[in-house]
Amino acid sequence: MDCSHVFDFKVSRLIVVFTLFLAFFFVTPLLYAQEDTLKTTEAAHAEPEAEKKFNLGKFALHHVADSHSWHVFGDYTIGLPVILYTPSGLVFFNASEFHHDEEAKVVVERAGQRFVMAHDKIYYASERANEHGAYAEHDDAGHVKNARPLDFSITKNVCTLFLSVVLLLAVFLKVANGYKVRNGKAPKGLQSWFEPIIMFVRDDIAKPNLGHKYERFMPYLLTVFFFIWFNNMLGLIPFLPGGANLTGNISITVVLATITFLLVNFNGNKYYWKHIFTPDVPWWLYIVLVPVEIIGIFTKPIALAIRLFANITAGHILVLALIGLIFVFNSVFVSFVSVPFALFIYGIELLVAFIQAFIFTILSALFIGMAVEEHH
Amino acid sequence: MELLLPEIGLVVFQTIAFLLLMFVLAKFAWKPILASIKEREHTIDEALNQAELAKQEMVRLAAQNEETMKQARAERDLILKEAKTLKDSIVNEAKQQAHTEGAKLIEKAKIEIENQKKAALAELKNQVSTLSIDIAERVLREQLADKAKQQELVAGLLKDVELN
Repeated sequence: MDCSHVFDFKVSRLIVVFTLFLAFFFVTPLLYAQEDTLKTTEAAHAEPEAEKKFNLGKFALHHVADSHSWHVFGDYTIGLPVILYTPSGLVFFNASEFHHDEEAKVVVERAGQRFVMAHDKIYYASERANEHGAYAEHDDAGHVKNARPLDFSITKNVCTLFLSVVLLLAVFLKVANGYKVRNGKAPKGLQSWFEPIIMFVRDDIAKPNLGHKYERFMPYLLTVFFFIWFNNMLGLIPFLPGGANLTGNISITVVLATITFLLVNFNGNKYYWKHIFTPDVPWWLYIVLVPVEIIGIFTKPIALAIRLFANITAGHILVLALIGLIFVFNSVFVSFVSVPFALFIYGIELLVAFIQAFIFTILSALFIGMAVEEHH
Repeated sequence: MELLLPEIGLVVFQTIAFLLLMFVLAKFAWKPILASIKEREHTIDEALNQAELAKQEMVRLAAQNEETMKQARAERDLILKEAKTLKDSIVNEAKQQAHTEGAKLIEKAKIEIENQKKAALAELKNQVSTLSIDIAERVLREQLADKAKQQELVAGLLKDVELN
């Protein structure tokens, strides 16, 4: 099956060109920035603890990662509920009890167990504090070595997940209601807004890849498409209802890719399995080809998961890095350059939000289509 | 690297939430939506087909009308032509008849006139003869009033008679 048409979109090509173009402009200021950081580091060494220096990498990673609190504005954040599964049962408390601690210095004690939080992850606390006042052991790279309880907390991403589920339900139940009210008539309002997109998923994603069997997979394809698209868009809203990087989180994309993986392999017909275990090649090539095909079963969904996660996270990091430049240079004049650039990236991100939803859905449809295809 | 490690909590919540979302949407949104779209497409297709058929029917009817009109016109022309020839023939015939009738009448009149003329002539002859006899009688009577003259006449008559 020829898959090249999937990547042969003008839009994708345009984005690649733009990204390369931008990267060219990017690398230079970043190099300067590094130099600058080095200088400030030296300066900081010269006059110790003069000013808390700005770390762009940490800043960006902190903002794309999940969190136990939700920033509202200024210094005001909402502490989210923490739910931990420990050997002595479930433990509940509010994350604000850690007082925004990032360094495992604040211990919360529940059900005879002590917990600390470092970089928005919860660990079992060490017996006593180390020389920095942290109740945790660190390895050489500075990572916390302590054991972790199973964390089922309602984090920022979980909140956004629920929010997006509610939003999707509200929107599409309303759209479905529109079809009931105006049965057989022209669509109106929200209904007419989403109908072309639903038709797009059906006619341009499902039908070309799945043929006459497309109807069975429509619920999954439509749900996954709109779930990814809505969450990509929500992730682009920088304040409260959005602000979480849900589709840029590997946990989310792994689950979606796993569902695709299960759909592909549970719907795979005999031709699909024959293609994997007894391909049409001389038998001595089986030694190479069969392992490759078996690995291929798993690499396809893994690539799906990584692609979505990486694209969305990269976009967020790009915007954060551009804004962060202002703080790296510690000059408001940098904003004259970096804010327009960040806005430009934002515009592209709006496109990427759609394109990534489209690519995930069309590749899922393609993989399922390859598994259910009838050979004559 | 931390970004690449899935978190158990988020994985569990995502699995539950997504599957729930998919089943609810599949039952209450996608199924009715896709069914409606399909039905509407079907209706539109049918309506278009119907329109196409109606158009063909109309074209057919228009052609038929044109044909009927043409036929009617031809028929009218034919009838008119026939009527004209009929009229001409009737007129001609009438003329002919009138002519012959006239001729006949004239002939009859001529004969009558001839007859009348003959009768008149005969009558005239009779009258003339009667009159002349009358005159002759009177003249004779006058002349024969004296004896001499009677003698003379007899002599004259007798002179004319030749004895054979």
